[in-house]
Amino acid sequence: MLEFLGKFFGRDAIKADASKNVAKERLKLVLVHDRASISPEMLQSLKEDLIKVISGYMEIDQNAIEVSLNSEEDSVALVANIPVLRMKRSLDRQMPVG
Amino acid sequence: MGKVIVITSGKGGVGKTTTTANIGTGLASLGHKVVLVDTDIGLRNLDVVMGLENRIVYDIVDVIHGNCRLKQALIKDKRFDDSLFLLPAAQTKDKTAVNVEQMKTLCNELKEEFDYVLIDCPAGIEQGFKNAIAGAEQAIVVTNPEVSAVRDADRIIGMLEAAEIRRPQLIVNRIRPHMVKSGDMMNIDDMLDILAIDLLGVVLEDDMIVVSTNRGEPAVLDNNSKAGQAYRNIARRIAGESVPLMNLEVEEGIFNRLRKLMGFGK
Repeated sequence: MLEFLGKFFGRDAIKADASKNVAKERLKLVLVHDRASISPEMLQSLKEDLIKVISGYMEIDQNAIEVSLNSEEDSVALVANIPVLRMKRSLDRQMPVG
Repeated sequence: MGKVIVITSGKGGVGKTTTTANIGTGLASLGHKVVLVDTDIGLRNLDVVMGLENRIVYDIVDVIHGNCRLKQALIKDKRFDDSLFLLPAAQTKDKTAVNVEQMKTLCNELKEEFDYVLIDCPAGIEQGFKNAIAGAEQAIVVTNPEVSAVRDADRIIGMLEAAEIRRPQLIVNRIRPHMVKSGDMMNIDDMLDILAIDLLGVVLEDDMIVVSTNRGEPAVLDNNSKAGQAYRNIARRIAGESVPLMNLEVEEGIFNRLRKLMGFGK
């Protein structure tokens, strides 16, 4: 009955497999990947800032640090691998935080 | 001091040139002094859409390289009294013929004399795009309710923001109410949901656009054109007026609905 009324009043756009809904979902996914890129300059700058902040808490191997932007099927994550040499006893701030 | 606005899209064929021609003509109709700049060097079209193609003597490359004065290259649209001009692109060069610094200088010179400097940007993201946005303070992104166009528009928006052209505005062009209704075309809310920028206007798919280009008479001058009406509204919004969006609902009489229900007709 509802379907009959729906057709009468032209509510085709409501059906879940309406092609525009497929388009929308595909676009959202594609754009997550298209948008997920960081320029090499920005990545380097991010790395340097990370080193500064984390060095206040622990001694790290600055040459072995790895930072990258990883794209999965439906999400993007910033992944950093930071080898720790030694923990510091107290916070040693060299750069203003916040 | 005038405003320099770039009309861009990323994707080709979505209606940048048509939009530039019509908004420019619309603004001139409202009494503003407007210059249209075609930066699609090598593939010029703004001249033809405006119906000014047989008045070209000098072009933007001539001006920038000093072969002529700016005034000699500007083509006055005789339909308007000193308020609408075109600076055509060169047809026999390519986009490497001018650079970003030269474009900035040109735009600064133009905005001294005109209320609005509308830059028709070529498709793509290479030198042509970089040249077109070089002197711009504002941007209008034109797109179609269609996957490829939206994807490219998104990329362009990112590049505009990287170039510090803030708050680009969106024109959704070539929308077909029948298809929106049947769920086969994205509607305005879908577009805004994905692109997330301010909406400047919506233009319906309109056969009159083909006719207007055939004649070289922008649709905005035709009272019977739906697209023309949309462009008139957009021009008014750019000039600061608050104009409600046109009603895009498909008018379907009860007889047609009954026919569809019984299996007749589309």
